[in-house]
Order: sequence, then structure tokens, then C-alpha cells
Amino acid sequence: MHTVRYEAPGTIAGALDIMASAPGAMVLAGGTDLLVQYQSGLKRPAVFLDVKRIPEMMAIVVDADGATIGAAAPAAVICADRTLQAWYPGLVEGVHLIGSTQIQGRGSIGGNLCNGSPAADSVCALIADRAVARIAGPTGTREVPVEAFMRGPGRTALAPGELLVAVRLPKPAPHTADAYQRLIPRSEMDIAVASCGVSLTFDATGTCTAARVAIGAVAPTPLLVLDAAAALVGTTVDPEALDRAAAAASAAAHPIDDRRGTAAYRRTVVGVLTKRVAALAAARAKER
Amino acid sequence: MSAPTFTAVGTRPIRHDGVDKVTGRANYGADLSLPGMLYGVVVRSPHTHARIVSIDTSAAAKVPGVKGIVTGKDVPLIDAKLGMGEGALDLKDLSDNALARSKALYHGHAVAAIAATSLAAAHEAAALVRVEYEILEPVLTVDRAMESGAPILHDTMTTQARPPIEQSGPTNVAGRMELRRGDIEQGFRDADVIVEHVFRTPTSHQGYIEPHACVARVNEDGRISIWTSTQGPFLVRDATAMMLGLDAANVKVTPSEIGGGFGGKIPVYLEPLAVLLARMTQRPVKMVMTRDEVFRATGPTSATKIRMKMGAKRDGTIVAASASLYYEAGAYRGSPSGAGAMCAFAPYRIPNFFIEAYDVVVNKPKVAAYRAPGSPMAALATESLIDEIATQLGLDKVEIRLKNAVQEGDLAPYGPPYGRIGFREVLEQVRNSDHWKSAVKPGVGRGLACGFWFNAGMSSSATVTLGADGSAAVVTGNPDIGGTRAAQALMVAEELGVPVERVRPSVADTDTAGYTDLTAGSRTCYATGMAVVEASRDVREQLRGRAAKIWGVPIEETRWEHGRVEPVNPSADRQPLTVAEIAAKLSKTGGPIIGRAAVNPPMAGPAFAAHICDLEVDRETGCSRVVRYTAVQDVGKAVHPSYVEGQMQGGASQGIGWALNEEYVYNASGVMENAGFLDYRMPVASDLPMIDTILVEVPTPGHPYGVRGVGEVPIVPPLAAVANAMADATGIRFTELPLSPPRVLARLLEEAPAAVGAGA
Repeated sequence: MHTVRYEAPGTIAGALDIMASAPGAMVLAGGTDLLVQYQSGLKRPAVFLDVKRIPEMMAIVVDADGATIGAAAPAAVICADRTLQAWYPGLVEGVHLIGSTQIQGRGSIGGNLCNGSPAADSVCALIADRAVARIAGPTGTREVPVEAFMRGPGRTALAPGELLVAVRLPKPAPHTADAYQRLIPRSEMDIAVASCGVSLTFDATGTCTAARVAIGAVAPTPLLVLDAAAALVGTTVDPEALDRAAAAASAAAHPIDDRRGTAAYRRTVVGVLTKRVAALAAARAKER
Repeated sequence: MSAPTFTAVGTRPIRHDGVDKVTGRANYGADLSLPGMLYGVVVRSPHTHARIVSIDTSAAAKVPGVKGIVTGKDVPLIDAKLGMGEGALDLKDLSDNALARSKALYHGHAVAAIAATSLAAAHEAAALVRVEYEILEPVLTVDRAMESGAPILHDTMTTQARPPIEQSGPTNVAGRMELRRGDIEQGFRDADVIVEHVFRTPTSHQGYIEPHACVARVNEDGRISIWTSTQGPFLVRDATAMMLGLDAANVKVTPSEIGGGFGGKIPVYLEPLAVLLARMTQRPVKMVMTRDEVFRATGPTSATKIRMKMGAKRDGTIVAASASLYYEAGAYRGSPSGAGAMCAFAPYRIPNFFIEAYDVVVNKPKVAAYRAPGSPMAALATESLIDEIATQLGLDKVEIRLKNAVQEGDLAPYGPPYGRIGFREVLEQVRNSDHWKSAVKPGVGRGLACGFWFNAGMSSSATVTLGADGSAAVVTGNPDIGGTRAAQALMVAEELGVPVERVRPSVADTDTAGYTDLTAGSRTCYATGMAVVEASRDVREQLRGRAAKIWGVPIEETRWEHGRVEPVNPSADRQPLTVAEIAAKLSKTGGPIIGRAAVNPPMAGPAFAAHICDLEVDRETGCSRVVRYTAVQDVGKAVHPSYVEGQMQGGASQGIGWALNEEYVYNASGVMENAGFLDYRMPVASDLPMIDTILVEVPTPGHPYGVRGVGEVPIVPPLAAVANAMADATGIRFTELPLSPPRVLARLLEEAPAAVGAGA
């Protein structure tokens, strides 16, 4: 019969040691994905490696240049953080859409990333906000842009023995704001059929000087869509620019038919979302 | 009968079972554990249609902790039917569904069951059961099932047909019936406008929150106890006993609290397996389904295809209607197509109609009853066509229905004349409602639809025991799905003048309660309620006898008045006696008082409802949202209005979910791909506005309070109410459910591409 060990180290070094000695160890943060997958027999860890006792993985640290969010910091703590709310409202919107109130008490951004779902609600805004993943491993630490962290459904850039420690976000430039929306048939408790995160920066005249557009649930990983961003830069994010960005997002999408929606539907609505989310980000940025 | 005045009935006390439920104390099906108990799991077919060549359980049996394994050969072959009002249960099919013998007829069909000392050991063993299958082509739609050359599910199946038809070899058409009136051809020739569509609805599940669960124990003397979550403990007793060749006198069934049923907790699935395993191991066996199993292997309701045609005069008078109904039965005969046929035109006076209904087997789980079984899909067709006729003729949607609405004396399409019914009163309340009179907001469509359900009577028993402290206990055999205990307590309080808080209602096991048919057919408050009222009146008669004894007068010198016994000729030593005063003297006047009643009302008053739906449609994404909803219903007499409103709101919510997003998503092999609440998209609380209710009280003749069944009809109108609202919002008639965003957007892009992207 299957048995599983539980470990809760207090340091990253301790966690890395366990991962090195037990290749079947799986990292347990909030457990809102892993425990469900374990219960249903999809995952059979040799060790539950609980990282919630590691202070830096639970911390949210804000400094002059940006914010570092511990990979295991609960969604509810992220959503309640005043600085994160002010700097990255779109990210907070995305995190606030994960699961339910109960799930948000446990679930984390690190878990959302490492679960590797193309529909993960925190990821599009992380990409739009230029977040990088901080990874600790047997040979030291490295940083990977979030858009390069996801490699496919259930797959990430983590090598065996590596641990996602935190995500680092740069402080938004002046006149910069982000936004995130997803499309679901219901109002909550659902998985994105398509999603979009956008960050826009404007100059004093109201011209967009920088843009990041990420789309989710329309490809094996969330996608950074450079063409959609290019359609917005140099414009006032007027309706024509929004239509061009929408078309670029739809063109970049290569979704599948599944129980949650058809490929054709996803391709269409990810453009609609891009338009709406970019307009929302622009309105926010212009208020700053 | 002049309208009775009530003191307790019509009030809204806190339900007697409420505190247990909100504090987690209430015991549901999976809550019972017994010493030495084993855990049972079911091995299920991974194929949608396959012949079972062999089953090898030897490896599974060697897993430590495994105590017993049963397969189809352990279930006796029987050929019997068990009557239960809304259609007999074929026990051979029921037994074959509980544990397949020769063929697996759907993905998830049970082929073996294992009992072990732990759930983990049982699962480990289940994975080691080797079943050799000969895989057959699955039949997944009525269209395919009825094609010549389609694979046949049952080699011996013939069509049960009324009127009889010529049989030509085995078929997947399990049944056909028809109803007709007048001259249908002439009717359509007389029509000024004719509309016709083919409607389709998907396989959808009742979605009760509590999965099926039971514990069975078999004593050395052969006495069997079953604890289970069911709508019908007597049915579980009789069906399990008959399936296993046992004497029902040796079987006692104790119903747990029930976490939803909606018709889906009428069949037996786990109980016979648990009894077999318990008998084999001589230990109690507990079996609890997972949600996945509930979706794959318990009764959803039929997917349907309905072709319907309707003709009307320019003034809106419906002159002809015809319909062909094709309902999927799942793996065994018994879809509610006949009920659908009888309900389809029931709200309207149609002089010429023809309707035929087919019951068709396919490789999907056997359908079970689902709240007004068969009627919502038929109403989708009828109410969509009436909506379209009204739109074409420029008529008001309420007026066209009032013009054609049935009333007392009109013949129901299935034969008898209606008694006192409240359909016209319901429509008048729609017309007078704030909702109907309010302006429709931009971007929103408004739909109206109506619905009919028969309601059932059947057999019920009740006992009412008076305590020496003047309190009362009422015992019935109906699991309480919709607040019936609170309603029964109100009836006792009404009859005896005892405060409702001092009435203790309870649901008893099959050895304790008098025989009572299942909780279904919207019958409990009506029929079991009649028994409760009569049992209370029996107590009243006995109280008069005790008062007569106390006063030393014949019983004729007493009367029940003002909630107490009064002397016909008062005097100084003959003052009125309250129930409490007589109760205090029970032991000196003859001992305890127990009132009892058993009833079998042949008919119940049918229910009519009309729903108004305001639907906001996002034309760029196809997403829609119900922004206002009002349910209007003839409820006869609302005993506990909060629970009547709750039934109306619950039925509306389920129907809205069915209309908008719920569906079994199958792959090409017939495997359900969304067997969980994440992807089987029932509405969540935040999806819906408050469902407003308007209770219309047209008493049912023959019931002491005029009670009318209320639980089922509220799911009949919503499918069409939502579809009609969608038609109003988009100008497009949708005839296939669900109205999910991809389906809606595809039609919007196809038929009104200019409008999309306009930021409507």
C-alpha cells in the first residue's frame, strides 16, 4: 500500500536537501492543487515537502524597486496587501479569482505557477507586470522570466531538485497600470476559458510608451503576445489600436477544443478580452 | 366549503431539523459507522458498450484486507416488477444496472464490488480485478439508436407500444405511445400562422450535493438492516429484497437525512451490493459513491429531441399542434417520454393535436426521475413555439397564453377533465406583477414561459402521539427533502392548538412508520399531510372522549371548538378543557392517546406555474446572466410559505442551470469528460439574482387545507423562459440547450455579425 512521508523544513537549504535525497518529493504549499491530485490518484509523492515553515517563502517584501512575493504566501494575504493593491491591481484581481475564499486562504502564487496550468489566474498579470521567478537549486539560485517559466500543461522550467522561492516584480513606472480578466460561463468557482493580463505605460501626453499583453487558456502555456503590445505602443490606446491588439491576440492563440470551450470560441473571445482589459489598464494608468 | 381560517398553517416557524443541519450534527448517508465495518467499492466498466467475456478476481482477492468480492453471477436472476405509482420498476433491469451480468452498457457500469477492511485496500483490489471485454460500438444518440443497422443494446428488447405496432426483431426503441384529439390536418389548414422547430436538450444531472451512501448489516438470523440516503425507504426495502430473493419482512431500512434527491435517490444502486457483501463477510459494509461515480453511474435525466409544430389563428387561438418526442432512456427502458407527451400541451386548450413519444435506449447511464420528469423538455418546445407565434402575430405574451389557458372542466390531453386549477389566476398574477410591468433594460431580453405537472397522491401513513405534557410527536415514513417535517408539525399544531415548537416531527424506519410511498411526485405535503391531519383529528376525537369522561357526559355532549374541547351545555363544573389540561389527566382517563391515519388519495390537484426571466446577453462573448427572475405558481395552500418559496426558487435555479450551462460532455467513445462540479457547470449562488416568488392559492378540492404539490412544477418553465429571453435579447431562436457562451456566440456571429463588436 502507498505510504507518504511529510517533511516541513524551516529553511530553503533544508528543503533542497530533502529534494536531493528524495527524488519523489513534491512541494506542498497551500495544497489546493496537490492534495486534490493526490486524493484522486493523479500524483503519488514519496514525500510531501511542506514549505510553509520557510519564512522567506511566506513573506511579501516591498522595497524601493519593487516587490518580492514568497512562493507560498497565501492568496488572501496577497489580496490584502495595500502596496500590491496599489502597484499591481491587475495581479491582485487575478489572485482574487483563484478558487474560493477558502482556497485563497491556502493557495499561493508559487503553487499557481508550479501547477503548470495554462489557465492559472495569477500568471497573465505576472507576465504583464514583468515578474521573474526566483529559483533555488543545488548549484545556487537563478531567475527566469515568468513567461519562460511555464513550459506546457503541468510542466515548468524547474529542473529536478529545484525550488521556486519567490516572484519578483519591478515597481511600476509612472503612469503605469495593469489589469486582468478571465472569461468563465459562471460568475465564480470556475476555470478560465480564456484570460488576459495587460500592463500599459503612458507618457505625459497620453501616448502609450510601453505595453505587455499576456493571454491564458488559449495555448499550452500562458503567452506573452508581442504583436498585441506593439499594436498599442505609440497610440493613445484608441478603439482602432484596441482592435489591432485584439486581432493580434486572437492570431497568437492556438487553443484546443475541450469540455470548457471550443477552440474557435476561445480564439474569438481572447481578442474581446484583450480589448477590454487593455482599455481598463489604460483608464487606470491615465488616472495615475 | 368556505375558505378555512388558519392559526398555524401559513406561518413561518424555524424548521425543526434546522439547528442540526446548520451545526453539522445532522446524520447523512455517509455519516454512519459501525464496529467492524468494511468499506465497499465498485469496479466499473471502462467501456461504453462491451460484452463481458470473463471476470478474474483472484488477484484482487489476495490483497491484504479484502474480505469479499461479488460479481453479476452472485445476483439471482429474477423477473419481477415493483409498482410505485409513477411507473413500475423493472427489477431485472434494476439488478442488471446495479451489477452487470453479461454486458456493460455504459462507461461506469458496475461489474464487481469489493469489501475490505480499509478503503485503500478495497481500491487496490479493485485495480486488480481483471475483466475481459469484447468491445462493441456504442450508441450515443436517439438518432443513431433508431437507425437500421445500429448496434442493439438488448437482444430481446421489443417496443412496448400503445397503440400496438408491428414488431420486427430486436430494437433500441423500448417504447412508443401517442395521444390525439380532433382532426390534426384540418387544424393546420385552419391556422393563419404555423411554426415548427426541432429542439434538443442534453443529458443533465439532478446534481444533489450528497452522493449516494449506505451501510448494510446482515445478522446471523438473516435479519438485514440498511441505513441509506433515499427518497423511499420502503422502496429500498422491497426492491432490495426482491432483487436478492429475500423476504422483505427480514429487511429494515432506516433513511438518513438526505442531501438532495430530486428523483435521483429513488433507484437502488449500492444497497443490494452492500447487502451481498455484508452477507458474504458477516460484517457491516459501508459504500459511498464519489462525485465521479454519481455522474457516471446514477440517473441523469434524458437527453431529448423533440420536433414540434403549432398552428394558430391570427387572434392567437391555437388550433393545432403536433409533436414527436424522442427521449433517451439510458441503458435500460424507462425514459419519461410518456410523461413529457402528457405534459406538453396540458396547459392549453388545443382542439386538434397529435403527439407521439419514443423511449429509446442508448449507452449512457439509466435515467432516473428528475423533478417533473419529462415535462421541462416538452415545455421548452411548447413555450418556445407559443412565444414565436406571439412575436409573429404581435400579440402580448401573457394574453396569448390566457386566451388558450385551460380551466376547470377542460379535458387534459391525457383524458380526464381538470378539477379546480389555478392556471388562469397564475397568468393574471404575471400580468399584474411589478416584474412584468417594468421596462426591459437595454441589452436585456425578457422571456415568459409556463409549465404543468400532474402531482401524485399514493399511499401514506402517520401517527400522532400526545404527551402528558401537552406536546405532540408526529411520525411518518417520508424522508424530508423540502421542509415536510416543518409542514407536518404545522398541521398538527393547526389541528390540536399545540404550539408548533412543541410538536416533534420525525421520519422513521420501515419497521416503525406505517407504509408510506416514496418522497416524490410532489406528494409528501399533500398526501402524507392528509394522513397527518387525519391522525391529528383522530387525537381530537379521543380528546373529546376523555373530556366526556372527565365531565361524566356522553361524547355527543362535547365538541372541538377554538382549539379545545368545549361542553355543548356548559355549567360550573363543565368548563372548556385545553389539550394541555386533558393531557395532564391522560393516565387517569384511559392512558396514552395515539392518533393514526392511513390515506390513499387517488388523485392530486395538478400544478401550474409561469416564470418571467430577464436575461442580459454579452453580444461579444455570448455570455449571459439572469438579472431578474420571478416565479409565479398555484400552490393550493402554502403550509409553510418559506419552504414553498424555497421549492419555487430551487426549481427555478435548477432549470436556469439546465438552460444555460449544464450538460454531459461526451467524447466520441461515450466517455463523460466533465464528471465533476468544476466542469459540470451548475449555477453557483453568485450566478443568480434573488428569485422572486408570487404564491397563488387556489385550493385543491378534497384536501382538508387545499394543499397542492409544489416541488416539481417550478423546474418546468425555466428552460423555455430563458430561451425566450434569449430570443428577445438577440432576435435569434435557440432550439438547442444549453445556451452556453460558445453556442450563443457562434449563432450571433453567424446571424448578426454586424452587431457583434459594436460594444452592445
